[in-house]
This record gives sequence, structure tokens and C-alpha cells, in this order.
Amino acid sequence: MRPDRRELLGSAAFLLIGGTAIGRGQSLPWRPDAGSPPPPIGKAPWVFFEPDEAGAVEALVDRLIPPDPDTPGGKDAGCAIYIDRQLAGPYGRQAGLYLSLPFIKGTKQQGPQDPDGPAVQYRTALAALDRYCRKEKGGPFASLSDADKDGIIGELESGAAKLDGADGQAFFELMLKNVQEGFFADPIYGGNRDMCGWRMIGYPGARYDYRDWVLRHNERYPHPPVSFMGRADWNVRKT
Amino acid sequence: MPDERARRIASLAAVVSLLAAFGVTAIGRAQTNPSGTTLDPQNFGQIERGRYLMVVGDCSSCHTVPGGEPFAGGRSIETPFGVVVGANITPDRETGIGAWSDAMFLSALREGKGHRGEFLYPAMPYPYYTKVTERDGLDIRAYLNTVKPVHNPVVSNKLPFPFDVREEMAGWNALYFTSGEFKPDSAKSAEWNRGAYLVEGLGHCGACHTPKTALGGDDLAHAFHGYRLQGWFAPNITDDKESGVGGWSIDDIAAYLKSGHNAISASTGIMGEEISLSSSQMTDADLKAIATYLKSLPGQTTSPPAPLSPSEPAMAAGGAIYADECSACHGMGGKGVPYLFPSLAASPNVRSADPTSLIRVLLEGARSVATPGEPTSPGMPSFAWKLTDEEAAAVLTYIRNSWGSSAPAIDARQVGEERASMVRNGG
Amino acid sequence: MARKLPSKDVVIIGLGWTGSILAHELTDEGLDVVAIERGPWRDAPTDFPTTYAQDELRYRIRHDLFLRPEQTTFTFRNKMNQQALPIRSWGAFMPMNGVGGGGVHWNAETWRFLPSDFVLKTHLSQRYGASFLPEDMTIQDYGVTYDDLEPHYDQFEYLCGTSGAAGNLKGKILEGGNPFEGPRSRPYPTPPQAQPFSHTLFGKAARELGYKPFPQPSGNLSQAYVNPLGVRLGPCTYCGFCEWFGCGNYSKASPQTTILPVLVRKSNFSYRTECEVTRINVDDSGKRATGVTFVDTSGEEWEQPADLVILAAFTVFNVQLLLLSRIGKPYDPVANQGVIGRNFTHQTISDAIGFFDKDKFNFNPFIASGSIGMCIDEFNGDNFDHGPLGFVGGGYIGQVQTNGRPIQTNLVPPGTPRWGAKWKSAVRDNYLSTVIPGTGVHGSFYSYRDVYLDLDPLYKDRFGRPLMRMTIDFHDNELKQNAFLTDKFAEIIKAMGAKEVVKQTRKGPYDVTKYQTTHLCGGAIMGTDPSTSALNRYLQSWDVPNLFVMGATAFPQNAGYNPTGTVGALAYWSAEAIRTQYLKKPGPLVHA
Repeated sequence: MRPDRRELLGSAAFLLIGGTAIGRGQSLPWRPDAGSPPPPIGKAPWVFFEPDEAGAVEALVDRLIPPDPDTPGGKDAGCAIYIDRQLAGPYGRQAGLYLSLPFIKGTKQQGPQDPDGPAVQYRTALAALDRYCRKEKGGPFASLSDADKDGIIGELESGAAKLDGADGQAFFELMLKNVQEGFFADPIYGGNRDMCGWRMIGYPGARYDYRDWVLRHNERYPHPPVSFMGRADWNVRKT
Repeated sequence: MPDERARRIASLAAVVSLLAAFGVTAIGRAQTNPSGTTLDPQNFGQIERGRYLMVVGDCSSCHTVPGGEPFAGGRSIETPFGVVVGANITPDRETGIGAWSDAMFLSALREGKGHRGEFLYPAMPYPYYTKVTERDGLDIRAYLNTVKPVHNPVVSNKLPFPFDVREEMAGWNALYFTSGEFKPDSAKSAEWNRGAYLVEGLGHCGACHTPKTALGGDDLAHAFHGYRLQGWFAPNITDDKESGVGGWSIDDIAAYLKSGHNAISASTGIMGEEISLSSSQMTDADLKAIATYLKSLPGQTTSPPAPLSPSEPAMAAGGAIYADECSACHGMGGKGVPYLFPSLAASPNVRSADPTSLIRVLLEGARSVATPGEPTSPGMPSFAWKLTDEEAAAVLTYIRNSWGSSAPAIDARQVGEERASMVRNGG
Repeated sequence: MARKLPSKDVVIIGLGWTGSILAHELTDEGLDVVAIERGPWRDAPTDFPTTYAQDELRYRIRHDLFLRPEQTTFTFRNKMNQQALPIRSWGAFMPMNGVGGGGVHWNAETWRFLPSDFVLKTHLSQRYGASFLPEDMTIQDYGVTYDDLEPHYDQFEYLCGTSGAAGNLKGKILEGGNPFEGPRSRPYPTPPQAQPFSHTLFGKAARELGYKPFPQPSGNLSQAYVNPLGVRLGPCTYCGFCEWFGCGNYSKASPQTTILPVLVRKSNFSYRTECEVTRINVDDSGKRATGVTFVDTSGEEWEQPADLVILAAFTVFNVQLLLLSRIGKPYDPVANQGVIGRNFTHQTISDAIGFFDKDKFNFNPFIASGSIGMCIDEFNGDNFDHGPLGFVGGGYIGQVQTNGRPIQTNLVPPGTPRWGAKWKSAVRDNYLSTVIPGTGVHGSFYSYRDVYLDLDPLYKDRFGRPLMRMTIDFHDNELKQNAFLTDKFAEIIKAMGAKEVVKQTRKGPYDVTKYQTTHLCGGAIMGTDPSTSALNRYLQSWDVPNLFVMGATAFPQNAGYNPTGTVGALAYWSAEAIRTQYLKKPGPLVHA
């Protein structure tokens, strides 16, 4: 929620008393231009990652979702940019989550009990992965062959790769979740560039009306995907 | 509940003190009016008629600050010439109109003359109120005598030079003000005459809907053909089929004025406020009379331009945007949902020559007015963050030229100008 | 020291479904009502407009509309001998925040419970003998019957405009509806929603297997509707963004689209948003509530005195406020005494995923609504003979595919790697031809002695108040029930023509990271005996008669249906008792 919520409640229908809004005998709150649409991700290449980290993440996401002749891989789809912006934002620092002490290790069913957010997890794990790759394969992750990259990712997944100072398996799970988010979330968040993830599977995107199609059974929906900021057909083509 | 009892006692006390105050003002107010009769403070029929007429005149819109004391003035009214502030018309003797005679009151209401004989600005719509009968004027006075006197000095005139010179209004009046009560047309029905009396007089519909001359007088040759003010375009309300209410039935118009909604359209902005404060509280008979009169006003039907071809680039882009962004509420056929989402296919506003309101609603969104009959007051989201000027122009061009209607295309520059004015206004 | 506000007739804690209903009913009675809501105001054109409401990342993955755990959360453990730990981010359920409450983000599946669900203990004991029930199962009768509630189910459905097909109209069984439902006095206000391909296939397969499938009753409307309050809803457009999302085009029943437009216009109604009630105040006798204390966003504490207190927050927060306010005797599972915190329950859900031949089946899973579905009720409640099965309870099962949102709807057949080229092509090949029911099996969760709520001894909220501690696990009865239902469900998916069916049978232990509906129930239950219930049959506190507690908090155990229909009916039932009985003679409506 943006801070301008207060402004909304400050409209004529409300009296502010000691920071609390009271409404009475009025219409529903509204003001022009209301809303909090997702903010643009900005142009800077990297906000959270250092260049080395970015290189490793681009290489990782491009093996988790490799390119093929029809669809870009994680890198060209912008998944690393997506992760970068997420880690730089509230998600990265666990904003809004319950972080009170003490942190005690519990059962799997009790869920994560980790004082570090995803930003710290990435920073720590990427450094540990870098050390691991240099030691095991003689170079940073991004420099390895596809086969070696896949081998390392497989070891992270299975827990076979013992990273120094980081939980490689937990990092794999986090990264897998994030790369899929980036590949399938609206392009406004940096990934799914040109809606490539949606095109790949046949998902029509941020539409809001399928009334004409609900009863057209077993027919492929013909219209292309649309993102929050539109699609190519929105452009007025000059004749 | 003990509490409830306490409250009842409190409200009883309030009534007693109100009566006491009323008694005092009533005694002070027994006086002769121009017709030689005396306002009778116990004539509740007259007081109630006066209350209703003030609703018809939408007096509180200018004379009451929202949420403030009724009729104590102080609300700023934007005019093309600067800001005028609504006067205190409570019976307060110092700062209101308590010390005025009924003749002074009628003169202010109907002739635009203050109690010292000074000229009022026609933000006070006396050029329309002059049509009010003396009896109705006195009924209004009778009601105003009963409202709570509020001590609230109001400086009405905040206009910049040269408009702050009230004497200039003499010349203005000579040009644009014709004094005189409404004269019924015996050739027309009683209903038509009632409608004409309300529309031309207390209802002062022309204040917004009639185009203005450079000096702010009504351009009577184009009465009710629509006018742009305060960032909105008050549309053509003649029987014009293209841009007026020619496609609406009398019941459609009455429903719109009563509830802010009908099967075709929904009201927002200034008209929404008018409906909320005024026409939603009017009788069904008066609303039908108004509709009957409006339907009798000939439009200036110029034939619409040929619709743009669907293959025009702006139409193709607009159609894509419409399908993706608009159809969830307004439907692929543009018909909307009656009383909930306006029909774009049948809306004169959509085709209006001046697209100000259209662009504004698209960019900043809108909330339709809530009324007792139609409380839902659905809202339209803002698209300013989402559509470029060109995209907004394309989708508006599309809705103006689809489903059998046609209107000039909207240019991206027009959208840009409206966007800039929104930013200036802090919208 | 709290600053004292002028007294009101009624203070309502929480402005969700039940708070809105009670506010409307009691303001109609002429009472001066204030509602105090912890979260912000929320409304379609400003908070979930069609221009960006369909954002899976923001709303589904990042939980944008929900209560932030940093504001408050619960602690959780499976067993009484474990250390409970805080739920640091939501998983198994999603507590709402803000005006409209769960009514904003629900799927709008609008069911009635079976008549036997309200007299469960009596019914099962009579049919199978009391010894058939597990020893530690603590199920009870509600103290109110289906017949008592029928007019109020009707009221809630007509408020919402619910779309459905009646199966039992005044005792007459109708083709195409649910033949197991209790008799209803009127048809649904609007006809059922249109059914997409996979739902139709499910209906056909179920019919061929001898079942009687019917469309799920839906609060996403099949057509435009105006409710008895004069509030209008539009037709659902099958966008597939209901659960976890707010509806952008006024087509999902919620307090916003059914009550609030009328409520906010009333001069005897007022509300405070972003104010958290910290306790219900009681007088020295402990038998009369004097109002509530709340804290605003600037940290200032206020006291709102009132003659009548309506507790209408989310289930667990209702129980927390009762415990923190020392109203009612806290439940002690060891001694099996006390009432506040007992009979805490959830839901037992599972799925079976069907992978179909992509060259023959195209389901367009994104064409959906939150409560679209074809269901069967043969295995709900006691609609079937449990004698040979060794468990009690059941649920509806159905193809209820609520969406095709791609971050979460990208399942691949077993044996596919979780990443890499094979994963990628499997996602591409299966997205349009896979049946992924939202809640295919929606089973009951009966109550047990060791499943309960109490105050956590260690973790605190931002005001230093103890968090609620949930002690909850699945018992064998529920796991058996789920295995039985999941098998039945998988048979139907197979019969639809799936080439492969993956059963996701619910296994213990209860896991707080796995979503399993937000249907937390119980903790301050209704009943006929003050030693085993916190509320009487009118939702009135046995201990503090000028306090009424709304919501699923009152369910003695949870049935195999979504709870909101019953929550709405109980709210109207309670409101009627307040209007017709309590206000005439304030005091206990039932003498124990």
C-alpha cells in the first residue's frame, strides 16, 4: 500500500482523529488516479547483484530454463533482472514477515525459521557457489560448460554439493521458485520478456474477459497474450 | 438501553432549543413582503415548499461547505474569471441575511442585487432565478428563516482585477440579463410548462449546459448544446440524436436525474454532485416534467461524420486495447451492464464534440454517484499510468466510431493536454 | 491511558462479511453502530482494478492483500509436547486484512451444510453407535438446526446473488442440482455459471459412473443481479483471478459488492479503519462488556464504550481477543475443561491431477472462476454408509479448476525433471491439457481433544500480547477419509480420459507451509452446554451476554463444505435474535 492511502481517507468524507480515519454517512472513498499499480523496474542493469553475481545468476537461470529454438531461456527472458529487482525490494528483506526472536530450528511442517531473507541467502550462497566451482571445476560458474553447469545444479538439487557456509539445496529450491516466477510473471517485473513464457504455454496474460470463450470447448484460444503495459497490437501503426 | 434514552433526551433538548431559537427569529421576522402579505412562521406547508425549492435550485452546492453548517457559505466556486465564494444565507443578522427584508431577498435572488443595492456576480445564477415566481421566492425565504443562524463572515469576491469591480456587472447585465418571471406557454401542456420553469429557472441547467460568450453570458442561440467548465464537458441536453439525449426516452432522463444511473449511462463529477444534492431528491413528477421539456428542445442536428474504417490504424489499435482493457465491464458489444457499467454504444457523451470528460474519465478514472435508488456507485479505474497519449486517443477514437456511431477521432495531443491539466490540478 | 470516545449502542470488531451483515441489520434497527477494522479500506476501482488485479506474482505469490505477519501471526506445533514456532510467512491459510475481510479474496463457493452436520454427534451415535467414534474425537451438535438456519441461508444467498441449481426445493428433488442438500425454500437467485470443457467432461464421467453431478453454487455471478438492498453485481467474465484476489468488475459477491455501498450511507453507521482492537473491556463483575480498547496507526490508545459488542474478526483472532480479555474459561486439554480454544479445526483437502493427451484435449484452464465447478456430493457428511469404512466424515469432490495462472499452474507428469530442457518442454506440452482442480477433494475436519488454541508462552505481537498458539494435526480418521475420497475422485478423473492421474492424497503431519484453505474453524464454539461451548445457539457468549461472536469460530467441527454460506446464515440468525429478542430484553437468550 502506498502512503497516499492517507490522502484518500483525508477526502471530504473523513475526519482524521489521532491518525485514525472515521467515515460516516457518506459515499465510498475514491479519488482521481487512485490505485497502486506495479512500479516500473527501472533501467539500471543491476540493482542488487554485483557484476560477478549477476553473471552467475544469468548462467544459472539459463540452465534452469535453457533456450530452445522456439523460446528464449531464463537469461534472455529477463529472469535474472527479475530476481535482481525482487531481491532489491521488499521481498529480498522479508518485509512484512514476522521476524521476532527467538529463531529456533523446528520441524519441516513448522515452515522456515530463518532470520536472513532471500537477499542474504543469495549473497551468501552465490559466494559459496563461486568458491565451490573454482575449487571443483577451476573457474566461476558462468565460465563452465553446459554439462558442468548442469552437473553442479544437479548436485545442489540433490544436496550432494556441500557448499561452504551456505545450504546449497535450500538455495536451489529458492532459485528454482524465483526463476519460474520471473518466467511467468507479468513482464512489468522484468522477466517473461515479450511474454515469452506465456506464449510458450498458450496463456493469454492479463486479460479479464473470456465470456465469449467459456463454452467453446476443446478449442484453442486464438488471441495473443497481453501484459499490463499492452501488446504489439496496441501500437498505432503508421500507414 | 440507558444510552439510547440519554440520546433521546439530548435530542429532545435540541428540539426545544431549536424551537426557542425559531420562536425568536420568527418574532423578529414578522414583516411585510412586497405583495403585502406576511410570512407566517407556522405555515409549515410554505416552509416545506421552500425547502424543496432550495433542493431544486441546488443552493447548498454553493452555500454549504461539504460537511459544514447548512447555508453558512464559504464554499469556493471556480469561474472562468476567478474564484467567487458562496455567501452565508443563514438568518444570522450580522453575517447572514437575517437583517434583510423579503424585498431585499427577492431582489438578490431574482435581480442579482445585494441588500445595499450592489451588483452580485452571476455565479449566483440570478439570470436563471429571475424566472422564479414571487411566491416560490418567498417560500424559499420562509424556509431559510428556519435554518440555524450561523455567524460566519464570508468574503464573496475574490476575483482579480478588473473582475473585482462589481459595477462592471451593470454593463454585463445589460448584455446578458433579462429580468422577469417565467411566462407559461398556454399552447403547451402543464407538464411541459412545469419542466420549462424548472429547467430555465431554479434548475439553472443552462449555467453548465449552455455555451458561454467571452464575457460569460449565455450564448442563447446554442442553448443547452453543451459547455466545458471546471475540467468537465457538460454535454448537449437537447433532443439531438447524435450528441444530445435524442436517443433517451423521458423515463431514461428521469431515471438518470433521480438515481444518477439509467440503462445507458452513469453520472460522475459535477453532474454527479448535482444529482446527489438536488435532482435525486426531486419528485418524480418534476423529473418527468424536466425530461419532457428537454425532449422538446430541438438539437442542431448536423449529420455525423462518416465512421472511421475499422482498418484505420487508430481504430485497429483502439480495438485491441478495447478488447483487452475495457470489455470486462463495458462488454465486447459496448453495451455495458444496465445501471452498473455505462453503455458506450449509446452514450452521447462518448460522441460529444468536446471530448474533455471522456479523456478525463479514461485517464483519472471515475466513481459514479451514489443515490438512495442506486447506491452501488461503481467506479472506473484510472488508466493514466497504463496508456500512452497515443493509446488513450486510439481507444477513445475506437469507442466513438464503433457499434454504429461516429465522431471525430481523438488526437494524442488532446490527451496530452488533458493529462497535463490533471497534473497541474494535482489530480 | 486510553482516551475515551463517546459511547455507542454497538461496537463491531472487524468489517468483513459478518461485521457488515451485523452492522446493516443493527443500523436498520435504529442503533448507532461503529465498526473498527484493523486493515485499510478496500474497493475495486482503487485497490484491485481490472487494470492490474490479475497479477499472480503480487497477490498470489507475495500475498499483497493479506495480513502482514509482522502485524500479527500465530505459532504452530503438531503435538502438545512440541515447541510451537511462529508462522513467519503464510502458507497453510491466508488471514485477510482490511475492509471486506475474507469476502474480498475468497473463491465465493457458497455452500449450505447438510441437515445432519448440525446434529452430528447425535446423528452418528444413533446410526453407528457412540463407540464407532474415535475416543478422542470431541464432535458436538451445533444447538441450531438446518431448519432454523434455512431462512438465513436463503437471506445470505439472495444478498450475494448466488448462482446455482437447486437440488431440493421444499422437499422435491430436482434433476441437475445436489440431491443430498437440505430442502431450500427458493431456487438460487441466479442460474449456474457456464461450465468450461474440463468441468463438463467431469460431469459426464461422473454421471457415467452413476453419480449425480451438479454445478457448484457460486458467488461469481452467471448474470447481472440486483440484491434486496438495491446493490448491483455484474456478470462474471471468467478471468480466473478470484481466490487471493479482489474482483475488479463487481461480479464476485463480497461486502463491497453487496452491503457496504448501502451501509456507508447510513448516518447511524461509522467505521474506523487501520485501528486494531486490543481487548474487549468487561466490568468488575466480569459479566458485562463495556466496550473495546483499540490502537490507531499513530500508536494512540482509545476506548470505545458500547452497550453491545459484536466480535466479528477472523476465527483465530476472535479466540485470541476472548483469551486476552479473560472472557470465558480457557480450554485445558489435559483436564478436558474450559471452553475458549477447544474444538479448533481446519479442512482436509487433496487433489488428483489428470494429464491428458495434448493432441486431443485443450482445456484453456485460464478460463475459470473461483467457484466454477462440477461436483458430486455422494461422499459428503453421512451421505454414504461409513459402517464398513472405519471412519466418519466426508466431503464434496469435483473438478473445481479455479484458474490457469501460470506460475503455479505448470505441473508436469511424474518422472519429469524439475528444471532444464525436459522440464521446459513438458510445461509447454501439458499446460493446456492438464486438469488441476483447485480443491478436488474438500473434506471435513472433525474436532479432537488435542487440537486446540491457546496463548503462546514465548512469542509476542507488536503490542507485546501473546500470539495465538495452534496445536493441530491430522488424525487417522481424517487421513482415512481423505484416502477414500481421493481414490473416488481419481477414478472420475481417469474416466474423463486422462492418460495419467496423479493422486495427491493428504498425508500427515499437518504442514503449515502447504495451503489447505483458509477455513480455520472453532475455538469458541456454539452449543447447548456452557461447560463444553463458549456460545449459546444464538452466538451469544454464555459468560458475557452483551457479547456476540460471529464466524466459523462457532463451528463445533468443520463439515465437508466451504464455510462462508454457513457463516453468513449464522450471522443473520444471530442478528435476528438480537433484533427480535435481545434488544427487547437485554440478557441471556438461553438459560443454561
